[in-house]
Amino acid sequence: MSEKFDVIVVGAGPSGNAAAYTLAKAGLKVLQLERGEYPGSKNVQGAILYADALERIIPDFRDSAPLERHVIEQRMWVMDERSFVGGHYRSEDFNKEPYNRYTIIRARFDKWFSDQVQKVGALVICEMTVKALLRNEQGRVIGVEVEREDGKIYADAVILADGVNSLVATQGGLRQDIQASNVALAVKEMIFLPRETVEARFNLSGQAGVVIELMGSISEGMVGTGFLYTNKDSLAIGIGCMLSDMKAQRTTPTELLERMKAHPAIAPLIAGGETREYAAHLIPEGGYKALPQLYGDGWLMVGDSAGFVNAVHREGSNLAMTTGRLAAETLIELFQNGNEPSAANLARYKAKLDDSFVMKDLKKYRNITDTLDKQRQFIGDYPNLLNQAAHTFLTVDGQDKQSKEKEIMAAFRERRSLFGLLGDAYRLWRATR
Amino acid sequence: MAEPKTAKPIKKRKVKLDENLLAYRGVWVFIESERGHVHPVSWELMGQGRQLADQLGVELCGVVMGAPGPTLEAQCVSAFHYGADRCYRVASPVLADYRNVPFTRALTDLVNAYKPEILMLGATTLGRDLAGSVATTLKTGLTADCTELAIDPEDRCLLSTRPTFGGSLLCTIATLNYRPQMATVRHRVMQMPVPQPERSGLVVDFEPALVETDIITKILEFIPDEMRDKPQLPYAEIIVSGGKGLGKGENFRLVWDLASVLGAEVGASRAAIHAGWIDADRQVGQTGKTVRPALYIAAGISGAIQHRVGMEGADCIIALNNDPNAPIFDFAHYAIVGDCTQILPALTRTFGAYLGKTQKEAA
Amino acid sequence: MHIVVCIKQVPDSTHIRVHPVTNTIMRQGVPAIINPYDLFAIEEALRLKDRLGCTVTVITMGPPQAEPALRKALSLGCDDAVLVTDKIFSGADTLATSYVLASAIRMLHKETPVDIVFTGKQTIDGDTAQVGPGIAKRLDMELLTYVSRISQVDLATRRIIVERRAEGGVQVLETRLPALITMLEGSNELRFASTPNMFRAARATVRLWDRTSAGIEDLKLVGLKGSPTVVSRVFGPTPRAEKAKQIPFDPAAPDAAAAALLEQILAESPRVQEELAHRRQPGVRD
Repeated sequence: MSEKFDVIVVGAGPSGNAAAYTLAKAGLKVLQLERGEYPGSKNVQGAILYADALERIIPDFRDSAPLERHVIEQRMWVMDERSFVGGHYRSEDFNKEPYNRYTIIRARFDKWFSDQVQKVGALVICEMTVKALLRNEQGRVIGVEVEREDGKIYADAVILADGVNSLVATQGGLRQDIQASNVALAVKEMIFLPRETVEARFNLSGQAGVVIELMGSISEGMVGTGFLYTNKDSLAIGIGCMLSDMKAQRTTPTELLERMKAHPAIAPLIAGGETREYAAHLIPEGGYKALPQLYGDGWLMVGDSAGFVNAVHREGSNLAMTTGRLAAETLIELFQNGNEPSAANLARYKAKLDDSFVMKDLKKYRNITDTLDKQRQFIGDYPNLLNQAAHTFLTVDGQDKQSKEKEIMAAFRERRSLFGLLGDAYRLWRATR
Repeated sequence: MAEPKTAKPIKKRKVKLDENLLAYRGVWVFIESERGHVHPVSWELMGQGRQLADQLGVELCGVVMGAPGPTLEAQCVSAFHYGADRCYRVASPVLADYRNVPFTRALTDLVNAYKPEILMLGATTLGRDLAGSVATTLKTGLTADCTELAIDPEDRCLLSTRPTFGGSLLCTIATLNYRPQMATVRHRVMQMPVPQPERSGLVVDFEPALVETDIITKILEFIPDEMRDKPQLPYAEIIVSGGKGLGKGENFRLVWDLASVLGAEVGASRAAIHAGWIDADRQVGQTGKTVRPALYIAAGISGAIQHRVGMEGADCIIALNNDPNAPIFDFAHYAIVGDCTQILPALTRTFGAYLGKTQKEAA
Repeated sequence: MHIVVCIKQVPDSTHIRVHPVTNTIMRQGVPAIINPYDLFAIEEALRLKDRLGCTVTVITMGPPQAEPALRKALSLGCDDAVLVTDKIFSGADTLATSYVLASAIRMLHKETPVDIVFTGKQTIDGDTAQVGPGIAKRLDMELLTYVSRISQVDLATRRIIVERRAEGGVQVLETRLPALITMLEGSNELRFASTPNMFRAARATVRLWDRTSAGIEDLKLVGLKGSPTVVSRVFGPTPRAEKAKQIPFDPAAPDAAAAALLEQILAESPRVQEELAHRRQPGVRD
């Protein structure tokens, strides 16, 4: 291919689309290559759209993007076998435009996003798998090679947005192979219910929606969380756990999800629905410590390829879009000033990341996965203790309240010892500082 | 609780036939033969045609086409044995071997001359080649690969049922204000009727206006298939079939083991063929072979319609599947829910003991 | 030389399921694909292009969503693509479809004379195999169905020799162009699109033809109006009145289930008992 582009974006997920859109909008000649049959065909997500991240790329996205419900209530449930202790936050402020978060259906959203990318002038070609980066004699990346005849395509810079499994990055030596302790394996189902049923069960009206984050016994001792989101006439339900844990415990994700769906607090919410879709995906969980080299001579890495996921808050797509945009802005500034995309110049990308919530949040939570992994009591004991405590406290059976409190404290001390309890508090504080 | 939605019945359009179409009477079956042999599907259609003709109170006619001679005459006699009242004999040297243009011309001229209301052909390579051309020439409706044919008592119309949506559903199709109503049916879908040698009928000769020099396509040669060890699925009395539920290609071996002990043919679902576990000519189903065995054992087959229509004529269907909700359990006679890789060897041992065969001997 | 290939975009039937309770079709997110049988037609046309140097136009009658199917054909190497699309064409059965495609091909013939039309053997959603023969009849082209091999094409004498699958063997046929050929599945192997062709396809303009551009003369012959056949009912099969007899299966004792099954079918199915009796070795005791 003798034709040359300013930038090649590998991947048409949220990070790739964010980058391609920003670049093309600024007038650069952009080629976006996606290995799936259509943009988003390889993507799986709950899914939540973070309006702020998208607004900074397409300010008027609300006019045309396919959105399910805007989130007005967040529930956090700590589950035990037959119960849960939960906290809810619901606010009428979240019900006022412009809305802050939406539930979306990825297949539809990705198609819309890609249409916008093409509208601003990027050339998007699907069923093109990039097998390697092309480098010149000095080692600078000067393009990509695809798995088709005559497959060398040249560009001044390449943005790697090809997801958690990024073969290009791994094979190109830019990144290590995925470690089982750095990824979670997540599965999700789409369960269809009539709109009225969704609204009745979750106390909603209009286009408002609910997000439920679940943890505790549902992950059966493994580090992981579950979720349930409301779409217009469907529910997205799923669970993900550390791959290393799943392997050690020899549980299949399907079995895990089936048991979660059968939990007495969850089953009634999905009863009568029709499962029409099932998907599985890997989610990067390594966080700050697992970040690879993010840029080099002629290349930048964005999104899941680089592991930009906030495991604690379950945020991934906003980091994807933000890093995609920041990478694009770095290149736009460089080209506009007539500078070349050398590693030294591209360090600007890292500076932008450091300045943004992306690096700040990742740094803040850099120890959490490790802590949870090594301190299993957070996943195993505490949900159970909390639930027990709540049960004791809320059962009115003639026992005086003082004794009840003592009983609860005794249960905690017995399980964790006083020393352990203090230690846990300290560890949790350290891990999230 | 989601409201159960039943499939919406489509409002049937009232068929009001034009004057000239009312003259179309009679049920015709095209009797297909190549190199002298009548394809058995033609007799199966004759059996079905007899039922339709009786319901309509009209004649059942066979149509034989080929080179003049005793073969054609013998075919007419067979047609009567299988139920025809009348047999149109279209003889010409130009029709010695099948070619699209002369056969289409001759058959359409015959139809225009004698006006049948129903014309059926076998859904073979010849039948499909011919039917499409004839239907377009006559500008009439054609329904292919029908699994069921019936007469609507209200308006005497032919109702053709066939699989649709890739074989996941069935649909009934009617031909509106057009005649003849054409249908093709695959081999072994209809039952072979018992011939009645005492029956006879009327032979009507029809002279086709065909001139060899007018026909552009010539047959240079015919290369017969080698008499390889071809599976005789359509006629097997016991069949063991495997599907995607077996999990891995290697597990298909368990199907072969059971089949060899039972002296059975091996079949497969479309999914197993696509997975490359077994040859395409063992496919049972809408786009594969139709079978009517005494015993059909389906291992790891979900039972989608496109497979079902190929084997539901079996006397005894045993379904083995890990999924208790598999559609095959809706029409099987016996059901075992469990892991096929465990059930199949158990059946092999048990049936083997009963038949006095071990796998080694049966090979 | 100019070749036209007719294709159809169909739902990927492997993804369609029927809901066991409501009997409705679950078509959620069923991807659309090029009818698999048509791929052999496209490949054969492209092989002739490689051999003899000619232009290949791919055409389909369908809704606007059918465009990606044409682009895929372009990416494989076809030169030009035409989407014949008009609301009035919807609801067409095979007779109405062949009328529209034949009209469109006549228009293409006016631009550049058409020598061969290829179609796939049949579609996976209709299965009728009637459109190819229908087009041939309308355009007065020689029809060659179930072709497994094109042995010779002589443009000077307009002769073509093909091998055609028939019952029990292969017919070797010779005829004169123009001809309509339906390709047998498995007759060739589809090529993998090259990068330049992928680019060309991504940038190409697919021609959109409505009833006027397609040269439709009689609107009564298109779409639902022009269809002699109509679907009067779509339904799931009725489950048998008698439910299947469940044989309980215990993985710890698999032979017990097998024995129970054998006992039942011997008792209840005389034909099966007969068949098994034929196969019993002499002297085997019960």
